[in-house]
Amino acid sequence: MAVIPLERKPLTFAERTYLPQIAFGLKTTLRHLVTPKETLEYPEQRPEIPAGYRGVPTLVKDPNGREKCVSCQLCEFVCPPKAIRITPGEIAPDDPTAHVEKAPQEFEIDMLRCIYCGLCQEVCPEEAIWLQNQYTMSGYTRAEMVNNKERLYELGGTLPDDHFKWDKKKSAEEQGNAH
Amino acid sequence: MIQPAKPDLVTVNVDGKEIAVPKGTNVIEAARLVGVDVPHYCYHPKLSIVGNCRMCLIEMGMPAVDPATKQPVMDPATGKQKINWIPRPQIGCGTNASPGLHIRTNSPLVKDCREGVMEFLLINHPLDCPICDQAGECKLQEQATGYGRGYSRFIEQKNVKPKRTQLGPRVTLDDERCILCSRCIRFSKEIAKDDVLGFIDRGSYSTLTCFPGKQLENNYSLNTVDICPVGALTSTDFRFKMRVWFLKQTNSLDTETSVGANTVVWSREGAIYRITPRRNDEVNDTWMPDSGRIAFKQVAAPDRLKTSDALDVLIARAADLLKAGSVAVVGSGRSSVEEQFLTRKLAAAVKATVALVSRTGQGDNLLISADRNPNVRGALVTGLVATLPEAKLTALAAAIDAGQVKTVISVGEDLVAAGLTAAQLAKVSVIYLGTHANATSAAAKVVLPTLTVFEKSGSFVNQQFRIQKFSKAVPGLVGATDDLVVLSRLVAAAGGAAQPADLPGLWTLIAAEIPALAHAAHAKLPETGLLLDAAPWASLPFVEGETLHFKPAATAAVASSQ
Amino acid sequence: MDFSFYFDLPLWIRTALQGIAVIAVLFPISAACSMAERKVAAWVQGRPGPNRAIVPWVAPIPFLGRFLQRLGVFQLMADGGKFVFKEDVIPGHVNKFYYYIAPLLALIPALTTVTVVPFGAYWDAAANTLKPLILADLDVGLLAVFAISSLGVYSIIIAGWASNSKFPFLGSVRASAQLISYELSMTLSVLPVFLWVNAPGGNGTLSLFDVVQTQSEPGFLGGMWYLFLMPLSAFIFLVALFAETNRQPFDMPESESDLVGGFHTEYGEFKWSLFFVAEYAHMLVGSGVFTLLFLGGWNPLPWVPLAPLIEGLPVWLGGVIGIGVFLGKVFVAIFFFMWVRWTLPRFRYDQVMKIGWQKLLPLSIANLIFYALAIALIETR
Ligand code: SF4
Ligand code: SF4
Ligand code: SF4
Ligand code: FES
Repeated sequence: MAVIPLERKPLTFAERTYLPQIAFGLKTTLRHLVTPKETLEYPEQRPEIPAGYRGVPTLVKDPNGREKCVSCQLCEFVCPPKAIRITPGEIAPDDPTAHVEKAPQEFEIDMLRCIYCGLCQEVCPEEAIWLQNQYTMSGYTRAEMVNNKERLYELGGTLPDDHFKWDKKKSAEEQGNAH
Repeated sequence: MIQPAKPDLVTVNVDGKEIAVPKGTNVIEAARLVGVDVPHYCYHPKLSIVGNCRMCLIEMGMPAVDPATKQPVMDPATGKQKINWIPRPQIGCGTNASPGLHIRTNSPLVKDCREGVMEFLLINHPLDCPICDQAGECKLQEQATGYGRGYSRFIEQKNVKPKRTQLGPRVTLDDERCILCSRCIRFSKEIAKDDVLGFIDRGSYSTLTCFPGKQLENNYSLNTVDICPVGALTSTDFRFKMRVWFLKQTNSLDTETSVGANTVVWSREGAIYRITPRRNDEVNDTWMPDSGRIAFKQVAAPDRLKTSDALDVLIARAADLLKAGSVAVVGSGRSSVEEQFLTRKLAAAVKATVALVSRTGQGDNLLISADRNPNVRGALVTGLVATLPEAKLTALAAAIDAGQVKTVISVGEDLVAAGLTAAQLAKVSVIYLGTHANATSAAAKVVLPTLTVFEKSGSFVNQQFRIQKFSKAVPGLVGATDDLVVLSRLVAAAGGAAQPADLPGLWTLIAAEIPALAHAAHAKLPETGLLLDAAPWASLPFVEGETLHFKPAATAAVASSQ
Repeated sequence: MDFSFYFDLPLWIRTALQGIAVIAVLFPISAACSMAERKVAAWVQGRPGPNRAIVPWVAPIPFLGRFLQRLGVFQLMADGGKFVFKEDVIPGHVNKFYYYIAPLLALIPALTTVTVVPFGAYWDAAANTLKPLILADLDVGLLAVFAISSLGVYSIIIAGWASNSKFPFLGSVRASAQLISYELSMTLSVLPVFLWVNAPGGNGTLSLFDVVQTQSEPGFLGGMWYLFLMPLSAFIFLVALFAETNRQPFDMPESESDLVGGFHTEYGEFKWSLFFVAEYAHMLVGSGVFTLLFLGGWNPLPWVPLAPLIEGLPVWLGGVIGIGVFLGKVFVAIFFFMWVRWTLPRFRYDQVMKIGWQKLLPLSIANLIFYALAIALIETR
């Protein structure tokens, strides 16, 4: 390894008294003293959430109000800290979405475990779970920090849908290629 | 596959590797022997071959022979015999090994064929994977990943077929997912001998259905769910309960009869979700009865016995009862070999005779035998009893009436069902070891809750005198104790020598005391079990008739007909 | 105004009243200083600082409430309350008696020195002269300040020793070494001032009031603050003051980055806050002394003495003006302390020793010789 000796200039007398540097430093801090503050005063002021932000994972409905999750449990499987817990269930035959057959009976995300990695959103074949803009989760008990299905839909709301896969399926079933 | 009994081996060449296989082995099995996977759907080793899925296409060739001289034609380039490759692909399942057969499973042609077949199969496939119970153990998923094209060129509308058809009480059919392999049809016809399934319509409209007015309701219907390579046939009970990739598999046994069908218990976090058969060509092939698949429900049944008392307290209470002397022990043909061994020790310690209760029913010549106790032969081998059990405990009843018995220890047997009256029970103190509440547990002075077969490990001896092991699938219920612990504590309480309560310790003892079991230690038992020598009990009149891999011994038949 | 009724009171009541007054004034000012410290730190770092705490009965006041909240005034109350109500944790390995007594000892010199520092002046019409506002007008003035404030280091040493663990002990050892090193330069640096104040032949005095008086005389030299007359003395005194009060860049005894918390590592809750109050009290007294010695005391501007301004005013108003001017200068000095703290990094311990013994001490001796000669020259002319 090549060693390059750098010559260190001896300090001048003024430098050795520290005083000019101190004065310079005082000037700098004085300037900062009067410049506007950088702080974002959090609860009142909120940062702008950039697109693609990974906030609290939520469940969403499609524009027709159908719950998109079919409880395939892929998110439960992929979730690295095992934050997701799903109880799968069958949709009642008299339900308008009975052709989807499967929906979660219970869906819990333990936000004390969640690491906001977004893998659940990535893996979801139904585009039902989204990490949206919500970034604050707080509670007084552990139980409060577990988002159940109801809360997840409340947080998630409705997102636009590009496919309407199940609606297409239903219309195909009704008038489509059956014989 | 290579059985020494069949010496007529033929040598085939799979992807350049030579292997000797028995004559008649098909290409799929031959390739499996050299570690080559030939993807297939309709072929099933225990069913007839129909060759209708075309997934197993391979290239084959035979050594060239000069038609005129019948002399081998040599290839000058390699110096070996020339191979005449058939220019069209052949199905592997329907091609049997013949001398000199050459197979190619990795040629471009084969790859093209597989991609083509996969594309056809997927054209009308609904891509239900997110809601399909088969996902994770679906051959279509596996082969599409391994051999598929990877993208779809199909932009037309897919076929629509009936979904959610109830084929029978336990089986739900989704026709859109069916790839028409006919495995289920062949199983019903050939194995279950209940020919109720068939295809209707033609071409891409072909649909699996039940014959009119029929239902898939035989006691083996769920085997169609197991063998269906896709998610077309699903178990109504297991439907939408849990994805299979979360389930832990534990090897176990079907305990409803003395056949001892090998099973796998699928559980997650202490809850069992389903039971499926485990292949054992000597016992149950790849099948099991439907009735055995719901056995796990007893684990979480509301009438499970449990206690909040400490085991020490209960054992102390039992010890008080035992002090009075005049004890009778009722053992069980449903206890494991290890438990029966300890029961024998217990009987010796309290100087009691042991009675066993027999349970019989109609056999179905397949996997349900007439003897509904899974381990009567275990009781014989361990020396717990020397004769076959009786249906009613008449001797015990008489002894109670005569006042010769003060205390009865019942190892999981309902004494009321076994013929004792309530009045007789009231005369004695009953110590009951068991899993579920019944008339005897209600009458018992001391109830010692124990574990079900899914919560403990052990071994059973089936009707062939094959000792097979089962393993603990889920943790034991809180408030119940392992039978072995309870029995060994009871032996100690009765003043007997201290007995080990763990399997390794117990097996050292068993191996030392029972020569027949010297090599059957639980830890070393192969998954397919170990045949014991049945000769010492050949003269006993066992009740079983013929089942899948069991023929009653002639002497037994004679004995039972007498 | 006649204060005679006050002087008619029995001595013990007067003493008690004065003591209470000192505590009542010094504690809030020290607390306010700690708040100011946090605010200055925040502002220097581009933050708003504490600005949330509010008491319910102030919140509705339209503008003022909000202003006080943003200023963080009530944070003070919150912090004070927190210190009082916090659990009293005592490490198991300490020497309990000395552990408890150390923070109290820290307060004694801090509060005592205040008594000999004049904090204002009023015009005594009867005597036709300016009288100092001071709790104990001792002739030894500055000497008393030096003598008593040096005792403050004992509390640090005791705290460090009683804590019975390494870091506090190191901190307290450093504190004593540092005190000795800088005490010399500090004393030497003020000697020229008193050489100048005590004209040969006159009555010798060390009174701080007299020092201010000599800065309020007519004429160019007479009205000039000693900061301008003896800048080197002022500089040495200031540096030594930083070191004596353990302020950055000389806060060796605390030195969080290498000693965790220095001498008060094992202290918490109210005991810790007493150390804090003592530190600020030291700073306050130090700033006051600096103001008196070099910044003209209560004289509003150089060459503008206080006396002629308040001569005609009511006594109380004159006193208030005098106190106001004096406190204004003290606060500027304190702000300077804070400003420096949030600007400079801490010196290394060896650098602190080097500066003290090899730089500051020779410099102050040279300074003394120079002024002694100069004053001798001027006076004998
Ligand atoms: S959220 Fe998506 S991945 Fe998770 S269970 Fe529902 S459908 Fe499956
Ligand atoms: S964001 Fe990551 S950690 Fe959180 S629930 Fe989804 S997969 Fe789990
Ligand atoms: S239901 Fe399953 S087993 Fe039966 S034909 Fe269809 S794919 Fe084959
Ligand atoms: S496995 Fe050979 S054709 Fe289906």
